[in-house]
Amino acid sequence: MRVPGLPDLTDAAGTPRTAPESEARGHHGGAAAIWRALRGVVDPEIPVVSVVELGIVRDVACTDGECIVTLTPTYSGCPATRVIESDVRAAVGRLTDAPVRIVTVLSPPWSSGWIAPEARRKLAAFGIAPPRHGAPNAARPIAFARAEIRCPNCGSRRTEELARFGSTACKAQHRCQDCLEPFDYFKPH
Amino acid sequence: MGRNDGSVSKDRASQPASRAQVDGASAIPHPSPAILNYVLHLADNGLVLAQRLGEWVGKGPVLEEDIASTNVGLDLLGQARLWLAYAGDIDGRGEDELAYFRESADYRNLLLVEQPNGNYADTIARQYLFDQWHVLLLAELTASGDARIAAIAAKALTEVRYHVERSSGWLIRLGDGTELSHARMQAAIDASWMYTGEMFAVDAAERCLVDAGIAADAAALHAPWIAAVQSVFAEATLAVPADTWSQGNGGRGGKQGVHTEHLSRMLAEMQVLPRTYPDARW
Repeated sequence: MRVPGLPDLTDAAGTPRTAPESEARGHHGGAAAIWRALRGVVDPEIPVVSVVELGIVRDVACTDGECIVTLTPTYSGCPATRVIESDVRAAVGRLTDAPVRIVTVLSPPWSSGWIAPEARRKLAAFGIAPPRHGAPNAARPIAFARAEIRCPNCGSRRTEELARFGSTACKAQHRCQDCLEPFDYFKPH
Repeated sequence: MGRNDGSVSKDRASQPASRAQVDGASAIPHPSPAILNYVLHLADNGLVLAQRLGEWVGKGPVLEEDIASTNVGLDLLGQARLWLAYAGDIDGRGEDELAYFRESADYRNLLLVEQPNGNYADTIARQYLFDQWHVLLLAELTASGDARIAAIAAKALTEVRYHVERSSGWLIRLGDGTELSHARMQAAIDASWMYTGEMFAVDAAERCLVDAGIAADAAALHAPWIAAVQSVFAEATLAVPADTWSQGNGGRGGKQGVHTEHLSRMLAEMQVLPRTYPDARW
């Protein structure tokens, strides 16, 4: 199959650690081509990382005359969800004439820990501090425990939180105390 | 609900029973009015509070809080849509029909979340008291015997953990802040307190769902809730109000559709467009 106009994004580093099974198997020509195409579909609000790298594509299956792409939302109310669905549908539609079905699953819930290592580097290069590793869901005492977030502009670790929320549902606002630049921080989730 | 008074409309009855793909495996062998009510309760808490938080758009005390309160509202609205989609699969109505064409007496949200925004201390008091309950409820619901309820709860839980961190943080900042902020925060807590008792009331229909392993036992949430509240209030230098008379207890509260006057006024604004132009599309 041909993937017109899409960059070749087959580097192994871009594979999320939750690499869905059907991609890992990779034997099914149709599904493998669709996985490659989806690596060219970017998050509309963070246009440097693909929906595969973000870990929101959970499965691709091509059966008799139908392609099923299984997605999971990052945040329940994320307004980009619809756009992503339509972009995924369009990308798959360029590869095949078969009907495309988008299935949304909630379980297991998406976690920022699913973001691929390469995507974390791309986020930082884009000016968004990637989410801290660790256990964001562990029970902890309320607020004020300051996480150490590295400034994506100058690399300083002397940064502070300005606000718990930011320009999109997945980001908070931070500021560097050395270069004084404000920056987005991808919330650990 | 409309179905309980026998007024099932034709178009409602003729709609397909299933539309959502979300974890579509959830089987509903015996669609039960009690489950529908319970799922609407979960949906309406988020929907109504999201609408209230949306009223802050452009009027937040600082830009960051304007963004924060509406982001919390966005999360809650997203969660409400998941619950409403489930409710719609049970009774055949679409999520928009459920949101825009039910009267206040058909809403099943807690009285607390429909209370007006007031000043920012009032908004934070309402938010914290709800968030602290919500996070405990969702954690219990992740173990629900209903797979779809468990999946939605697990999804929402990660977001709501973040909400309670923020609202408790503000409670502490304002409570342990200036003399004025402390006085307003305490007054807001005192005024909201009578709406908290309802969060732990379980009527007979809900008790059946608890016994069936579907609903969380809200009564059992009180002990962990009050422990968390006492801990946060201590840091905020706020006094925990004495438990006295409570609104909505005794089987006549938001969960039974008996609301304060504020809800119908809020719904009038929220529903006016689709009710005036039922065929309007984005």
